[in-house]
This record gives sequence, structure tokens and C-alpha cells, in this order.
Amino acid sequence: MQKRLACLVLALVLIVGGIAGAERAAEQIIRFNIGAEPETLDPAKSTGVPEARIELNVFEGLTRLDENDMPQPAIAESWEISEDGLRYVFHLRKSQWSNGDPVTAHDFEYAWKRALAPETASQYAYQLFYIKNGEAYNAGEITDPSLVGVRALDDYTLEVELEAPTAYFLSLAAFPTLMPVNRKVVEADPEGWFLKPETYVGNGPFKVTKWVHNSYLELEKNPLYWDADSVILDKLVATTIESEDTELVMFETGQLDITNTVSRPEIPRLEREGLLKVIPNLGTYYYIFNCEVEPLNDPRVRKALSMAIDREAITEYVTRAGEIPAFAFVPPGIPDAEPGKDFREVGGDLIEENVEKAKALLAEAGYPDGKGFPTLNILYNTMDMHKAIAEVIQEFWKKNLNIDVRLMNQEWGVYLNSRDEGDFEIARAGWIGDYVDPMTFMDMHVKDGGNNDSNWSDPEHDRLIQLAKSSNDPAVRMQAMHEAEAILMDQLPVMPIYYYVEAFLEKDYVKDVIYSSLGFIDFKYAWVAKH
Amino acid sequence: MLLVLWVIATVTFILMNIIPGGPFASEKPLPEAVKRNIEARYRLNDPLWKRYVDYMWNLIRWDLGPSFKYEGRTVNDIINSGFPVSAILGVTAVALALLLGIPAGVLAALKQNKWPDTLAMLAATVGVSVPSFIMATFLMYIFAYKLRWFPAALWGRPSQVVLPALALAGFPAAFFARLTRASMLEVLSEDFIRTAHAKGLSTTAVIVRHALKCALIPIFTYLGPLLAQIMTGSFVIEKIFAIPGLGQHYVTSIYNRDYTVILGVTVFYSILLVTLNFLVDLGYILLDPRIKLTEPSS
Repeated sequence: MQKRLACLVLALVLIVGGIAGAERAAEQIIRFNIGAEPETLDPAKSTGVPEARIELNVFEGLTRLDENDMPQPAIAESWEISEDGLRYVFHLRKSQWSNGDPVTAHDFEYAWKRALAPETASQYAYQLFYIKNGEAYNAGEITDPSLVGVRALDDYTLEVELEAPTAYFLSLAAFPTLMPVNRKVVEADPEGWFLKPETYVGNGPFKVTKWVHNSYLELEKNPLYWDADSVILDKLVATTIESEDTELVMFETGQLDITNTVSRPEIPRLEREGLLKVIPNLGTYYYIFNCEVEPLNDPRVRKALSMAIDREAITEYVTRAGEIPAFAFVPPGIPDAEPGKDFREVGGDLIEENVEKAKALLAEAGYPDGKGFPTLNILYNTMDMHKAIAEVIQEFWKKNLNIDVRLMNQEWGVYLNSRDEGDFEIARAGWIGDYVDPMTFMDMHVKDGGNNDSNWSDPEHDRLIQLAKSSNDPAVRMQAMHEAEAILMDQLPVMPIYYYVEAFLEKDYVKDVIYSSLGFIDFKYAWVAKH
Repeated sequence: MLLVLWVIATVTFILMNIIPGGPFASEKPLPEAVKRNIEARYRLNDPLWKRYVDYMWNLIRWDLGPSFKYEGRTVNDIINSGFPVSAILGVTAVALALLLGIPAGVLAALKQNKWPDTLAMLAATVGVSVPSFIMATFLMYIFAYKLRWFPAALWGRPSQVVLPALALAGFPAAFFARLTRASMLEVLSEDFIRTAHAKGLSTTAVIVRHALKCALIPIFTYLGPLLAQIMTGSFVIEKIFAIPGLGQHYVTSIYNRDYTVILGVTVFYSILLVTLNFLVDLGYILLDPRIKLTEPSS
């Protein structure tokens, strides 16, 4: 079945390729920029996008995300899910590590328990808290790893038990934290196995052959990958350049094929030249209102502030890379219960912009024409873009509501500290989803949630989130989250401004690279056309 | 010397612990359990005095500890891999600066107030006033983008040293030129130069053996701190040309609150600076007959 499908795909590729007239180049190398030195390449511990961009090409989990961010069988050929959605049984294919060892269910069990083990101290351990007793084991409340809900029933069967039905678990299975690792290799050098190409053993389409710190990594095709026949590229070079201007010059002089980002002033020109690529990114740029501070504790004030800005002007004249004005909290790009429907389309716009109404609400709250309104601070981390946006918003509020706000910037670490301690009035924030489900945006506003910096809470909202978390029925879950989002957008402890996009440059001869809205890049099927 | 290093290490330790925020702060706050595990692993929950004592003890044995940011890498490792790169680049830049600056200065002094002087000093003024990142962008635009003579960035081949070295050399070259000109003019009016001429020495011999040797003393003084600074790398240049040197760690480690790296690179820089200054002091004896370690009894 798999083979026949592969033949069909191949035939299709040939036909399409033939029509388009694109021929493969002799040299199958892509040079791309990941934008920062990886902090680690241990999939259990890494947290960032640059790291994931390497790891997803070096490892393969139970599933792999396709071009629509939907999980597809990968190391797991098939699976069964119990009625209640709590028990998964994965059937693994016979495959090999890049050093020739077999990839087994035991490798997954070992890898997940290792990521959860307190002594590993992984910052992303919470990606495995969905697994039964995962959180308790990580917190040291239980010390027996055999109680954690992941078990190899035999070499090629993996049983997973969850704490609660988790509709997006199959997507999570494609996330770096859930990648298998080779026990023998890891235990031989737990701190440094991923630093040396000889011991950095993976099971994905590519393997790292060279890592020059703070400069670049080289990856080559892994001939032992189970689906190596689908891999066309011979080599990948991943540079770690941080400067936008440098990567642009390198792109234009042929040192780079794909950039990490693009310098804003250059966007119009590059767009004309057809080199700009803009893909949606699962993220929202928003302001947090500290709901414990007068007068922001009044929902009418928060609403008035949100109504009095022009989001379209911000995306069109300030951010300029094709960002989408946000009229709700959950960004587009997440499937709803009904196949083919998008969560955002179903939910629609939940907030409006209306200067007259804003004035009326502010007057109702006791500040007619802004009289008596205290001067509030907008806190943001030091960066030109955040400053420009804050200035525009400051202007809108002055012009439309006749109120003054001051701008205050802090260096990143200091800013995070202020937010965490509630030492702010209005703060800029951004949230990038961890998986393709509305829950990654919705569960952060519950009472006492670690990410709830607004100090806002609403019992009905929390009940709906709990309902969505405990249900296995997509229709019930999505409905609950739509209702919860409606409450959130009515109360507005957070003011959405725009949905992120990722803008970068790609040479036209680079084909079939899969860009995920989570920021991942998959080169499994990529190739280079003659140019 | 050791006292200076101790003071620097201590002050740095205190300052970095005063800044708010920690190495593991992120926009996605960690669950309590995970946070505790991480703090235990990096021993961040030890009392401050204990961390200080441990740190000082390890410092004496030149064990700078693990980086908080870059998993599995030690600070020694970061210095060992970054410093050679920055040092090669730095020494090349200083050599270029000397090769450009000193002849320009000598020429300017000999042709005082004539066109070579004006030209050299104009170039020097530009060199001193243009910051290295502007110079770097300019060089990259001309030689990498327009002419395509050199690669725009990255490190490893000799051709990749040229542009960053030139960008770094701009300021010291200009500074050397002005310094050489000024001290040459001063030395040339001294009595012993007249004596040398009177002895019948050729002009070249007078300039090279007598005048230049004395005129180089101020340059030599400046060379110590300059080498220490330039060999430990430049944040801006390394960022622009994507060079895997040490310079970027001075700035990024502070953003990252990577405590061990902050301390490690600061102490390393201080050691280098103190040592080079000491060597410069020793070098004076060879260059300047007026300086002696012991006063000869009259």
C-alpha cells in the first residue's frame, strides 16, 4: 500500500515537474539561515525555533506534520485510539538509527521518560504533561518511572496513556520534545552527545556532519532513513546569522537560498522581484491590561481602549510584512471540528473598532472626553518595532479618547521580570502556539495560570476550558473554546493587535520545502531546480 | 595584578546578580516543578555567598563552569573556540593598521602642510570618526555586493578575513597615523636628530633609525590595550560578518543572563589586558633608552 502510494506520488511529481519544465539541478544543496546559534540540539531539552529547524530534519517522531500541519504516519505506521480517547497504541515500522541500530518502541519510552525526569531539567517537559503521571513524575511527586503512561509492549508496539483526552496528541507526537533518542548513545555522554556529529545519532532524513559554533551546521542525507528514497537533497547548510542586512547580502550574492527573516525597508523591492515569501505563523501580538490596576479593572475602559485603535493602519504602515489585523485572540490556521473549516472562520471577528462607542464607554466609566484619566505606561521590551507600534497606539488613544500614555521600554530579561511580577499597567506581549489546536492559545487565561499575566479570571471561562480539556468530542471541544473566547474578547484582559506572519526570502529554484505555521521547516521532500 | 583581577571578578559577580531576570526567564513561564528542577541542576538555589565562594575557588583552578544558555558547553570551551578566531582577526587588523597608519603618519610629517599631509590627515579624520559598523556595512556593500570580490560573511577561508579585518583596522590605522605624525614632528625638531644629520648620516638612516624609533613609543603604549581589546573580538563586527569569535559573548551573555559566561569572558579579558599592559611596560626598555628598570647611580 505504502509502496503503491509512493509510486503514485512519484508519478504525479514527474508529471507536474514535466509540465512546469523544472529540471533538477546537478548540485542538490540548500543553504538556509536559522538566525541563531542553537542552544542545544538535544530534542528533549530544546525550546526554540532555530533548534527545532535542525532537529525535525535529523529526527522523526511517531508522526510528521504535512504541508497543512496535519499529523501523518511516520515512524508509527498506524495506531488505535480507545473510545474514551485516553489510550493510544502505536504500531511502529521497522527502521534504523543513523548508526545502524534498530529504532524501537523502547527508544520512545526511554526518550519521553528522560525528558520528564526531574534530573534532566527540561524546560519543555510540559509538552509531556498530557501523559498519565507525566507532571507528577516531573515534579518529583512520584519517583517510579514505570507509573508514567508510556510503555513499549514489544519492540514495535508503543502504548500511551493520557491524563485526559487530548485531541491534538497526534500533532504533539511530531514535536521535537517527543522525538525518540538512541539510549546507548545518550547514556554514553548525556551532556554532550548532541554536540559531536559522530555521536549525534538520529532517525530522520538528514544527519549533522559538522557544527561550527556560532557560524553554521552541515547536514547530509541519511542513507539509513526508512524513507531515504523520497529524500532528494544531498546536503543542507544551516547558518546561524543574526543580522538581517548580512543575510540579505548573502542571499543576493548567492551565499544563501533561504533567509530567516527580511529587513522591513527592503520588503517592497523584494516583493516586486518575487523573492518575498510570507507564510502565516501561529501567533498573536497583543497588549496585556493589568486588571488589578485602576482604571484598567473596569472592563468598559479596556473595551474603550481596544475600540479606539486602528489595527489595519498598524499592519499596513508599521509592521508592513503582511501581518493580519487581529479581531479575536486565536489566529487563523487551526482546523475547527468540521473538516475543512478553520477555527477563526467559524468564530469570526469578536471585537470591533468604533471610536464613537469607545468615547461613550469611557464616559460611562467616569472619564468623559478622557477627563480625570490617569497617565498609564505601556511597557515593551526594547526593540524598534515594538516602539513604533506603541507610538502609533499612543497617538490613537490621544486623538480618539484624549488620554495620555507614556512609553516605557525595558531590556528583555527585565521586561519579563516586570510582567511576571505584575509590575506594569499595559504590557506588549506575543504568543506563538506550541501545537495546532486553539487550546494552545486558550488555556493561558485561566485563573492562576502561569501565563496569565493580566490577573484576570472568570469562572464561566475557566469552566468552558475545563470542559474542552476533558472532552473527546471535537464538536464539544471547539464549541466550548468558541464560547470561552467570546467571554475573553468581551472582557478583554488582553487586547489582540495582529496575527503574526513569517516573512523571509526564498530563491525560486528552491522547491517543495514545507514551512509550518509553528515555524518549523521540513526539507524531507525539498529539491533544487536547474538555474 | 591578582588584586585587580579579584576586584573585577567580584564587582562583576555582584552587578550581574543585581540585574532583574534570570537565565531561564522566557515569555512562556515554566511550571513550578520544572523551574525547581532547573534551579537545582544549575545550583541557582544555593545562597549567594556560597555561589560566590564556589565560583572563586573554581576560578583559581581556571574552571569557568558550564554555560547556562548553551547546553553541554563550558565557558572554557566557548573561550577556547572563540578566542583563536577573534585573535587571528584582531592581529590581522592591527597589522593592517600599522602597515597603513605608520607610513601615512611618517609621510605626513615629512611633507608637513603639503598635499600628502593634507590627504593623509583627511583620511585619518574620516577613519577616526566613522564607526566600525558603518565601515563594515560600506565595505560589504562595495566589495561583496557590488564588486563581488569577497564573500559577504562567514569564516574559514582567508578571503573571509579581509573585509572584517579592514573594517576593524579603520580606527586604529587612523589613530596610528595621527599619533605617528605628531610624535615624528616633535622628534624631528630634537637636538639628536640634528646631530645625526651633522654626523653625515643619510636622510633615510636618520628617519628610520633615530626619528622613527622614538616616534613609535606612543604607538607602542597604545598597542597593549588595543591588542587586548581587538583580540577579544568586536560584537558589532562579528555580528555583521557572522564570525564565530569571542566578542559577541560579551554582549549576548548579558542579555541571556548567562552568569558563568559573563564572569568567564570578563575575567579572561581582564587577564589579557593586564598581561599585555605588563608586556608593553617591559617593551619600553628595549625601545626607549631613557627608561631603565633601575636608576643608574650618578
